[in-house]
Amino acid sequence: MLTILFDGVAYGMLLFLLACGLAVTLGLMNFVNLAHGVFAMGGGYVTALLMNRAGIPFLATLPFAFIVPALVGIVVERLLYRRLYGASPLDQVLLTIGLVLMAIPAFDYFLTDQPQQIHLPAFLQGRFELPGLTIGAYRLFLVVVCGLIAATLQIFLVGTRFGAQLRAAVDDRRVAAGLGIDVGRLFAIAFAIGSGLAGLGGALAADVVGGVDPNFPIKFLVSFLIVVAVGGSRGVAGAFFGALLLGVLDVAGKYYVPSIGAFVIYAVMVTTLLIRPQGLFAKSGT
Amino acid sequence: MTSNRRISILAAAAALVAGPAFADDVVTVGLILPMTGQSATTGKQEQAGANLYIQLHGDTVAGKKIVLEVKDDTGAPDVTKRLAQDLIANDGAKALMGFGLTPLALAVAPIATEAKVPEIVTAAATAMITEKSPYIVRTSFTLPQAAAPMAQWCLKNAIHKVVTLVADYGPGNDAEKWFGDVFEKGGGQIVEKIRTPLKAPDFAPFLQRVKDDAPEALFVFLPSGQGAAFMKEFAERGLDKSGIRLIATGDVTDDDQLADMGDPALGVVTTHHYSAAHDSSENKAFVAAFEKANNGMRPNFMAVAAYDGMALLYQALDKTKGATDGDALIAAMRGMSWTSPRGPVSIDPDTRDIVQNIYVRKVEKVDGALYNVEFDTIPAVKDPYKAAKN
Repeated sequence: MLTILFDGVAYGMLLFLLACGLAVTLGLMNFVNLAHGVFAMGGGYVTALLMNRAGIPFLATLPFAFIVPALVGIVVERLLYRRLYGASPLDQVLLTIGLVLMAIPAFDYFLTDQPQQIHLPAFLQGRFELPGLTIGAYRLFLVVVCGLIAATLQIFLVGTRFGAQLRAAVDDRRVAAGLGIDVGRLFAIAFAIGSGLAGLGGALAADVVGGVDPNFPIKFLVSFLIVVAVGGSRGVAGAFFGALLLGVLDVAGKYYVPSIGAFVIYAVMVTTLLIRPQGLFAKSGT
Repeated sequence: MTSNRRISILAAAAALVAGPAFADDVVTVGLILPMTGQSATTGKQEQAGANLYIQLHGDTVAGKKIVLEVKDDTGAPDVTKRLAQDLIANDGAKALMGFGLTPLALAVAPIATEAKVPEIVTAAATAMITEKSPYIVRTSFTLPQAAAPMAQWCLKNAIHKVVTLVADYGPGNDAEKWFGDVFEKGGGQIVEKIRTPLKAPDFAPFLQRVKDDAPEALFVFLPSGQGAAFMKEFAERGLDKSGIRLIATGDVTDDDQLADMGDPALGVVTTHHYSAAHDSSENKAFVAAFEKANNGMRPNFMAVAAYDGMALLYQALDKTKGATDGDALIAAMRGMSWTSPRGPVSIDPDTRDIVQNIYVRKVEKVDGALYNVEFDTIPAVKDPYKAAKN
């Protein structure tokens, strides 16, 4: 029972990791960024390739899994995304899904479609056996890392001047610019952070989901979107609690009723959208 | 349906009209494979296998020059169908080969029937495929053929309580049914049947449930690609230490991916028709030549099936003295037997499906790399699905 709860929390954390970048780009910046998974896949590949080809230890690759997608994020944002900030959601969907469809064969061509495996260091393997509770070492690591990321992100976006400027710019771009805020630069940085977080999420998730392969952005697209839909798209806290709830329900559902377990998270999403379309943890009336 | 049929009739008619335009001494073979997309690894292995056969045996047989036309169907049945029509009508293909997935093989069945062109299935493994056209012959395997012997092996080795865990799609359900039926008929008990979603990102809850069920063995069928994630979780949860044996069909420990799975895969027992570690001189020569021609890539069961597809076609052409008439070729293929890298194989004269040894193997380290090492053989297994009907 406790094991299931812990696994659920760990899976929720994993979902949060994969989706928190999206909570920034879609949630804060209001951009329907379906290409989120491409950045997550990029981070996964950075870690896998650095480990498998350059022999760099797992933990040391993680900063790169953030930085590389973040830099790519800035370039793509300056070149493409920024043209569509004011555009209709449909245009944004078309652009970003197009990016996904281009990224899949591109990665396939250069890196083959074989999943790239990540081999964890010994201290992250294995498990701790307590009475009534089994804790996987890597899952514990995920929970700790995610907790840290969630807390940092929340403080950064709510408590700092940058966070206040970003929220102001999203709410009313013209007034924010009129007050002397460099909105273009602000959005570029925010987008880079979102992309970097996606990359980090992809790198940390890769081991649990069986490695990264070129179909990653499509395979987990639904998971990202459900987290944001259930948690509410207005912020990181919503995504965090949404992901936790989904993780616990998903794992418990699959354990106790395996025959319909896979549908539990969809049922939660449908119910949420019917009752609270703005998301469970969002302020109402946004 | 009617318009599809009309197109295929047109295609067949075009083939007849266009036929004489092709050089008499050339036999074009259409190799239709998913070379891009999700099943691209199948395509790469198959293409390499077919090419290797031509490389080793020359490109002429019975006075005919064999020309292989490789086409990429991206794993979409409508594309497979269009390519098949195009190959027959425009390229004058005398045989079609490949077909990475069941729907792709089925899409071509009506065309093979109308154009009377042999369809050699070298990948797709659903049992009923060969019943869909009298021109279909198979050199890969059928899923029941691999799954049923696993049940027999369990019963023989005092394993009586098993949980099955399969991916929830056609082949997974087939494996569950054929393992379960044979196992229960022999007195075994299936404690629980778990089906995981095809895009399962996380096996944790399912494996926790298996752990709490505490069976003697866990039977698994997963599409290739999910094996590695599964093994890791199996080990992380400590199931390997708690006395639950992991048994599976050979797809789970596919030679193509086994090296990447790492030590958690050690000791997994599987039943399948081919292992790159099969101990025979034919196989040693095959593996060495394959790795040399493909940059060190290890051949898997897909590669050997395509290699044997070419072997079958060569021998059939030899027997017909170069006649490429579809009926004559199929007649020549029925009952054909030869020694493949996987061991002795033959084509069942009644069902046109392959009859072959199924090996019981265990994952072991050989010279530092993981291999499926065979330790028991069930000789000349026919597809149990069609055998049960007769």
